[in-house]
Amino acid sequence: MLMHRKIFAIAMAFAAVHCGILFAGFFAPYMPSAQHREHAYARPTKLHFVDAQGQVHIRPFVYPSVPVEGEGFQYREDPSSGYPIRFLSRKSDGIHLLAVDSQADLFLFGTDGYGRDIFSRLLFGGRISLLAAMVATLLSLLIGVAAGGIAGHFGGAVDAVIMRSSELVLALPWIYLLLAIRGSLPLHVEPTRTLILLSAVIGAMGWARPARLIRGVVLSARERPFVSAARGFGASEWYLLRRHVLPQTLGVITAQAVTLIPQFVAAEATLSFLGLGIGEPVPSWGNMLSAFQQFQTVSSYWWMAAPLVALVAVSLTYFVLADALHQAGARINSGQSYA
Amino acid sequence: MRKLAIISLLALMAISGIDSYASSAPAPERIQRGEELQVSSAEVGQYGGTLVVGQRAEPKTLNPVTATDGPSREVIGRMMADLVHINRVTQQTEPALASSWKLSTDGRSFTVKLRQGVRFSDGYPFSADDVVFSFRVYLDEKVHSPNRDLLTIGGKPISAVKIDDHTVRFDMSQPYAAAERIFDSVAILPQHLLLKSYEQGSFAQALTLNTAPDTIAGLGPFRLKQYLPGQRLVLERNPFYWKADRDGHRLPYLDEIAFLFVGNEDAQILRFQSGETSVISRFSPDNYPAMAREQQNRGYDLVDLGPSLEYNFLFFNLNELPPDKFQQISREQPWFRDLRFRQAISLAIDRRSIVKLAFGGRGVPIWGNVTPGNKLWINRELPHPERSIPQAKDLLRSAGFSWDEKGKLLDLERKPVEFTIITSSSNAQRVKMATLIADDLAQLGMSVHVVPLEFRAVMDRVFQSNDYDACVLGLGGGDADPNGDMNVWMSNGSTHLWNMHETKPATPWEAELDALLNRQLVTLEYKKRKRIYDEAQALIANNLPFIFLASPNVLVGATKQVANFRPAPLEPYVLWNADELYLRQQGVATAK
Repeated sequence: MLMHRKIFAIAMAFAAVHCGILFAGFFAPYMPSAQHREHAYARPTKLHFVDAQGQVHIRPFVYPSVPVEGEGFQYREDPSSGYPIRFLSRKSDGIHLLAVDSQADLFLFGTDGYGRDIFSRLLFGGRISLLAAMVATLLSLLIGVAAGGIAGHFGGAVDAVIMRSSELVLALPWIYLLLAIRGSLPLHVEPTRTLILLSAVIGAMGWARPARLIRGVVLSARERPFVSAARGFGASEWYLLRRHVLPQTLGVITAQAVTLIPQFVAAEATLSFLGLGIGEPVPSWGNMLSAFQQFQTVSSYWWMAAPLVALVAVSLTYFVLADALHQAGARINSGQSYA
Repeated sequence: MRKLAIISLLALMAISGIDSYASSAPAPERIQRGEELQVSSAEVGQYGGTLVVGQRAEPKTLNPVTATDGPSREVIGRMMADLVHINRVTQQTEPALASSWKLSTDGRSFTVKLRQGVRFSDGYPFSADDVVFSFRVYLDEKVHSPNRDLLTIGGKPISAVKIDDHTVRFDMSQPYAAAERIFDSVAILPQHLLLKSYEQGSFAQALTLNTAPDTIAGLGPFRLKQYLPGQRLVLERNPFYWKADRDGHRLPYLDEIAFLFVGNEDAQILRFQSGETSVISRFSPDNYPAMAREQQNRGYDLVDLGPSLEYNFLFFNLNELPPDKFQQISREQPWFRDLRFRQAISLAIDRRSIVKLAFGGRGVPIWGNVTPGNKLWINRELPHPERSIPQAKDLLRSAGFSWDEKGKLLDLERKPVEFTIITSSSNAQRVKMATLIADDLAQLGMSVHVVPLEFRAVMDRVFQSNDYDACVLGLGGGDADPNGDMNVWMSNGSTHLWNMHETKPATPWEAELDALLNRQLVTLEYKKRKRIYDEAQALIANNLPFIFLASPNVLVGATKQVANFRPAPLEPYVLWNADELYLRQQGVATAK
């Protein structure tokens, strides 16, 4: 019962995050590439409930922010007039959950160096980043499980060939290969094609490590007594691999998946650097994070770490969810086998 | 208590790094009779101390003839001297190893008198032979010196002839307007150390980072002491240096300059803020606000030297391309070639936003190739048209462009106007400029994509493959004289970016520009030459081969301890007067 409640809570959080990302156009107050050049590097907008006269409002409101003269990217609130947050308001580009009148701004997570709303970019960027990272993770795990499983279970020459090729993949100077890929592509690549390309490149680069890990688990699993017993009863090697050995690797796979997703989101930033990732002004968590690599951003504009926080939170949700599902699955499995 | 004192002393030593640079620099040599010293007008300082400088990258070589990278030039410039030097603050020439020079009446030959009694940093006397040898090396095609082009006038290299031990005559095939500026940064080499390797054809290997310090000598204020790969390079005082202060003390004041290799600008800033380095040379405007906040607490001063000579610009691919190979670009080129299209783009670009967002306000918008930082040569009469989307649209309409019902711009064949801008992904400012431009041009209905690429990939596309639509780049920073930019503006120049392989001028205005530039090259009188160059600037601004965007300010800093600190908007912004810099003695707090 407790377990179910936990899974339910996590699943809700998971759904909320993905809903926000999937329906970014509705949840985001602005278009992700809309520049508010007068408000570059603005701090997150403060939501007020109490006005200058001390009166309490149920509906939160914001004050417009004005640049402080002579100071770069410093703003102050102008408390002379407040603007209430409007829910479900209709604008030219559709219905938005949250909005304020155009005289004020609603930057929930602040703005970046172009005055673009980070909250909106986070939601829109999540689409590309999470999708690409998940597809890439799936791809690299599929290849990794197949390669590692076969290598570990069959051993011998098969093992040697697969493991040497995984070492080759790890040792390849990928950066030159990527530069060559970039050189062979047209300069402007449509976002959907970029997405496929990204997933393929990252997935193809990332399978070697999981393969090696899984090979290790398989190596130890196939020597377990119950596997030997099944072999003794005449089970085929494929049956053993499928029924007894690979299920043992499930824990490693989930753990790998959860660590690979954030890694791949960050890898996309590296690819953007080579011109292979998502280009400006289209947001992705990777390219949003690349701005955070600079000293001045870390020291002066802390709110630009939002994608980092989002990434950690999302990865954690995945992890807990995968873990809970795994445990629940194990319980059901064991229940069945003793019945 | 005593233990605490020792620990704090050790800690302080570790922080300031004094343990590793415990100075053993040679004392300045006594001034000899007949030694023709140059007297510095700077404030009289005191001897001693190590100036620590953080460098973003390691120098690649110590060879002044072949060095092209900034870090190498920054180090070599302190070890070597030239005949005539450009004062980085006044931007005028002043005597260096040449005590005087005279131009012949036909403007074709210079007679240079060398300073008497000068010695190299190993004590060996300097003479006209060294000068003749140095020019022989610089002009040798086999050595591949990047300076060779600058020393070639009217297609012929200049020639150096020894008249006597202290006189050299330079002959040129035609009068040369930049005159003695040509000698700036041409390092005079020690013939006694390098002749052998030059004659054996191994000159390039003679002055590497691995060369033993005692086999390298120069005429600059410092000489090599130590190089630790990946860590630092230390220069020590040249005890024979040929400059003295007003009180007759031989310069330089500093015992040593230590260059630490820190990796990148962020590390450079952190080291400077922590007091580990004493000066910071040219940091990006993005970092200014954060550094300025700490100015008081940490005891350093930042200096905004105003606009640099760097001009950033957008340009289009106007190369003659084989249409079968570059179908897409060839289809777009008729737009790019139309002056009204380029004018419309120039009018639509919000330069003030570029200055504000890319440079944090520390820069200036520009409309020509000479920035306000170049006070001697800027044409102040150039128009600065205000941004205007309606005017830009009118221009496009007059050029036959139209808009569909969604506001997308269509060309004469009613195809949408869409192109990409490439720029270097390692330069955050230029990526920002390109992104802002793409947003501005969306207001004209153009669909513009920004593709940041790795720097070498950008260079390759611009210089070699010509596979690009448009590009944002920056140039400038070297000399203020117009001649430094000849390779960009002459139609056959090696950096004629927008049309790389022109054998003859592709357009009438380029022919006119060539003629103007060739004329200014041989016009000796400044006023006349300036008039011609003004005309050239106007011609460039009217024809927009580059759409000029903005110039960043030069930002530098030094700890309060550094005296005679006179940074300049020309390279090497901070260390150009390293011979005059000294460290103010502060009460040594831990000496109790």
